Amino acid sequence: MNLDSLVKHSPALVVALPLLLAFSTPLWSRFNKQLRNIWVVAGMCMTTLLGLFMAYNVLRYGPITYVFGASDPTQTIPHDSGGIPIRIIFNVDAMSAFMVIIIAIVGLATTIYARPSELRRKGLNSFYALLMLLIAGVLGLVCTGDLFNMFVFFEISSLAGAALVAYRIDKGIAVEAGLKYALISTVGGLFFLIAVALLYGQYGSLNIAVIAKMMQFTRLDRFALVFITVPLAMKAGAVPMHMWTPDAYSRAPSSITAFLVVSSQASLYALFRILFTLYNVTLDCRTFGWIIIILGVLSMFIGVTMALPQKTVKRLMAYHAISQTGYMLLGVGVGLATLCDQDKGGAFDVCGRTAMVGGVFHIINHAMYKGLLFLTAGAVIHRTGVRNLEELGGLGHSMKLTMVFFIIGALSIAGIPPFNGFASKILIYESVFMFSPYLAIIAILVSILTLASFVKVFHSMFMGPKLPKFAEVKDAPTPMMFGMGLLAVMIVIGGLFPTIVTENIVEPAVTALTNQSAYIRTIFILP
Amino acid sequence: MLANFPFIAVGIIAIAGIVTMLLRVNIIRIIMGLTLLEAAGNFLLVAIGYRHNSIAPIFTSAPEEKIRPPAEMVLPTVQAMTLTSIVIGVATLALLLSFVMAIYRDYGTLDCRSIRKLQG
Amino acid sequence: MLILMTQLDTGFGVWDPLVWLAALAVAIILGFIIRSFGVKDYKKGTDQTLPFLSGDKQENVEYIHIRASNLYWGYLDALKGYYSRLIPLHTGIVTDYLLWLFGTMAAAMIIGLLA
Repeated sequence: MNLDSLVKHSPALVVALPLLLAFSTPLWSRFNKQLRNIWVVAGMCMTTLLGLFMAYNVLRYGPITYVFGASDPTQTIPHDSGGIPIRIIFNVDAMSAFMVIIIAIVGLATTIYARPSELRRKGLNSFYALLMLLIAGVLGLVCTGDLFNMFVFFEISSLAGAALVAYRIDKGIAVEAGLKYALISTVGGLFFLIAVALLYGQYGSLNIAVIAKMMQFTRLDRFALVFITVPLAMKAGAVPMHMWTPDAYSRAPSSITAFLVVSSQASLYALFRILFTLYNVTLDCRTFGWIIIILGVLSMFIGVTMALPQKTVKRLMAYHAISQTGYMLLGVGVGLATLCDQDKGGAFDVCGRTAMVGGVFHIINHAMYKGLLFLTAGAVIHRTGVRNLEELGGLGHSMKLTMVFFIIGALSIAGIPPFNGFASKILIYESVFMFSPYLAIIAILVSILTLASFVKVFHSMFMGPKLPKFAEVKDAPTPMMFGMGLLAVMIVIGGLFPTIVTENIVEPAVTALTNQSAYIRTIFILP
Repeated sequence: MLANFPFIAVGIIAIAGIVTMLLRVNIIRIIMGLTLLEAAGNFLLVAIGYRHNSIAPIFTSAPEEKIRPPAEMVLPTVQAMTLTSIVIGVATLALLLSFVMAIYRDYGTLDCRSIRKLQG
Repeated sequence: MLILMTQLDTGFGVWDPLVWLAALAVAIILGFIIRSFGVKDYKKGTDQTLPFLSGDKQENVEYIHIRASNLYWGYLDALKGYYSRLIPLHTGIVTDYLLWLFGTMAAAMIIGLLA
């Protein structure tokens, strides 16, 4: 098997490998538990390498398409179909490659971190199987080019995520969180399915490129757009549909919470894919752009003001996840609102494109620092057994390295230089200020409140004298340190060398997202 | 008007499902409302595929005038989508009901106004 | 070159973290120079190194550390009007979560169809 055929089949392999891991994990545990742990970690390493390799090839050589069930995977149009692609097609372009990079890195950190944090539990087979299933679902969601396939992967990741949220039963409280997450995700998925049905009824195809080619913005398409946008924004955690987020994030095991953040961002990717590639300039740019901007501004503001009075560490961090999602929605919303103005010197060139670059750059920064913050909180909870901020204190004496990781994460989320949070936030501030000054002022205010609440968490957890009830608390175990360290290194690199990330990963992603005709051309290749 | 009757029925079932989910207190009734909404979604899918005076999309021993273009067959893709959606609905229902069982064992109640230990 | 790779070109200016770090280093050095003009002799282990708690002597370590809910009480008290309306909206009831979802969908449909 040479490297070319590996590249050619990598979109299918990158989903098939975690699926194989998920269903074979319970088999291995019959022999030896250590063998199963090694199997899962080694398999996840291979998935990460495969994902990064595929992303490198896409960014260097152009999009990869994979047709399921055809004799040659790149033959999108069968010779007897009359010029229409008819099979399920995975279309990995630069934006999908960007998301695959995020999922690969955070998935590896999560899997390595999960080993010691779950050592005392039974039922670890199901845990690893569900985690691998969640990773497979999210990877499929970002690679696919077919609407109904997107719905199926959306449901896979919702169900696996809900089962993992309820994993530690915690006298029923975690199950309550899992129930809320599953119920609201299923309702969202059903409205997505209704929208797909409406689009299929009009255009006769499920493939995104085919519908994009034929799209006229009829009244039914407006309904379909609303039925897709609002549930996907709900899944990403936008206000006012955000109330499941603190419940689910605070009760899930900490490693899973770090990955649930990535799962929410994959739903955000699906939203952007539909808005930009499926509809593009046919929709009312100013109306739907402003709807996204208003969702973004509400999320930012309400997210951070609800975070300040919270008393539990992970609930506070979950509200901050909502607030940072608002930044991404704001940036990309400004890009959408100016999309119809695309001639030279028009609003898109002046401020829209930079806002989109800032919003998309914020996605990868947020995955890194939010994942690091949740992993740090998980390390503290694992060692002390206490979740409530009222009872913690003085841990800086014993958990020094965890404290350093927490400082890196907290400064990054507040947008303090030289970490990567500042790099994406300055892009958003400057371009949104050109678009409308009031929005930029709200964004800066939210950043200040973010710093305020993380100073509160830092003081409550780490500062103060050494408390007698935490006298035997040691620092976090080594696999946890490795997971946290991986994300911290990514934060520092992204902060010191922001151009490496923007030029190589983010700019091609934004170009691929706004360039609908390039997407259509990768599917409709003439034989 | 009569040709639109399936879509009106979809609307009625969907509204019944949504109203059940919003107004009922017992959490099992809420999940029943979810099932009604799923049924409405599946029904919409099948209704979109219908063509008047058409046969099932099977080529074996079909009458000749239905195969020559314009071929009068019902759309097959929506039927595949409906089957997939029904299976996903069954899996979701199983997961939700097992969650409700665990909540009943630990909380002792099925009233959704009391299942609110996570609030604020 | 390493210098150019750290620069980020926003559409409206340039951000360079290395220049910022250099400025921070200068500020820290200035801080150390000013600190070196201070008093250098103090006796360790006596009352001179204890934290000052308004003159009270506090033996219990648990009471020295300020807990989380006391930290921002001024801000929370000042915005009591806003918070007393916002926090009760976050009931934990799952039907209310669904109500917000349907309400937002209805509002988006009205805005999307009219505008």
